Amino acid sequence: MIELQNVDKSFGELNVLKSINLNVEKGEVLSVIGASGSGKSTMLYCINALEKIQGGNILVDGINVHAAGTDVNKLRQKIGMVFQQWNSFPHLSVLDNVALAPKIVLGKSKNEAREIAEKHLRHVGLGDKIDTYPTRMSGGQQQRLAIARALAMEPSYMLFDEVTSALDPELVGEVLDTLRLLREDGMTMIVVTHEINFARDVSDRIAFFHQGIIEELAPAKELVNSPKSTRTQQFLSKVL
Amino acid sequence: MSESANVIQFFTGFRLNDLPFLAQAAGNTLLISVIAISIGTVFGCLFGWALYASKYARYILGSILDVFRSVPLIIQLLLFFNFFPILGFPLDPFAAGCVVLIVYMSSLVAQVARGGIEAVPESMRRASRSLGMSYFQDMRYVVWPIGVRAMLPAWTGVALGVLKDSALVSVLGYLELLRASQILITRTQEPFIILAIVGAFYFALSYPIGKITAKLEKRWQYD
Repeated sequence: MIELQNVDKSFGELNVLKSINLNVEKGEVLSVIGASGSGKSTMLYCINALEKIQGGNILVDGINVHAAGTDVNKLRQKIGMVFQQWNSFPHLSVLDNVALAPKIVLGKSKNEAREIAEKHLRHVGLGDKIDTYPTRMSGGQQQRLAIARALAMEPSYMLFDEVTSALDPELVGEVLDTLRLLREDGMTMIVVTHEINFARDVSDRIAFFHQGIIEELAPAKELVNSPKSTRTQQFLSKVL
Repeated sequence: MSESANVIQFFTGFRLNDLPFLAQAAGNTLLISVIAISIGTVFGCLFGWALYASKYARYILGSILDVFRSVPLIIQLLLFFNFFPILGFPLDPFAAGCVVLIVYMSSLVAQVARGGIEAVPESMRRASRSLGMSYFQDMRYVVWPIGVRAMLPAWTGVALGVLKDSALVSVLGYLELLRASQILITRTQEPFIILAIVGAFYFALSYPIGKITAKLEKRWQYD
């Protein structure tokens, strides 16, 4: 379980997250929507300690992420993350992109790492691409590669930070399909997205962020179809 | 005419067996250059990393390196070479030349290396850290290989520059190519042919560096 307790985060004077409370249960898919700058991506960065927090606690399976003694490298193995920019390692083949972390972080042998990588690449539909280099692939394929790379660490949680925002429109579908696949696998996910229809269809709950607070948190269909907050209504009327 | 037989002949023309002498001098140029380029590159990369990683290093180390980048090499050589005898530890020209060239090379490589590391986007590093890689694993397996590719063309320029600048160590009396050519020119009074030969030697030393790095660049292209 991921628990956020009164989390404060600021960049200098700017309060990006204001006393956020949120629980994500094992197996749940939570989508996070809201305008740019509302703090949704920052929250993801705080959950796997890529950003520090100024107040409150974040617990992942009971481990206090931002406590002094926490081994963040160990913790991050539990939490896969995929970014808006796919960030494929350009000097490595598709296979090695995925096999690198299992090899050097988990200490798998070359063959084990290769098997793991092949398995996850096949899973995201890149089984025929293992020997090519990422620069030869489309954005959608590279984003699926990034997903396979994160999955290869066998994480308990996956964080997705606007993974379709940098893609050409015709490539969005293949990446969303991959997320649907993970949902069927039972993966626990937090998905920051601008794809409202996707969020409604795939997630259990949706959180609407507005200026650093969770303005509304409700079951997915309920939040999209009958939002209670006027701010949520305004936001949805603009994007739908 | 009969007088000419009594004139002592100071000058003798260029002979084929002067070539081994030049080749030996070329070997010395190669030796001091290889030492300066390799050790200077190692230190330069460490300095570049420090410049990238720490604000304090940027101010302190950066300013020091700026001095070595900005003062003409020949002045650095003469100052360094003559400074130690004053303290009572005379240095031999080779050692003094090595030290100065290494420092010079590393001050140039430091900025190149810093640029190489900065060429790796921050988001790439976040991605590798999010996979559980430690700072050093990220550096070793992601930042370094990408950065090296980015810095290679600039590094090649610096290395070729230092190879040619090693000629300045001749002012300390180290018998490298330029110094050897001066000795031969004095004896033969044939500067044109000797400088042409020495130029060819320098070319023979430089060409492989350019060729090898061009090959590496090609092999390391991202595809």
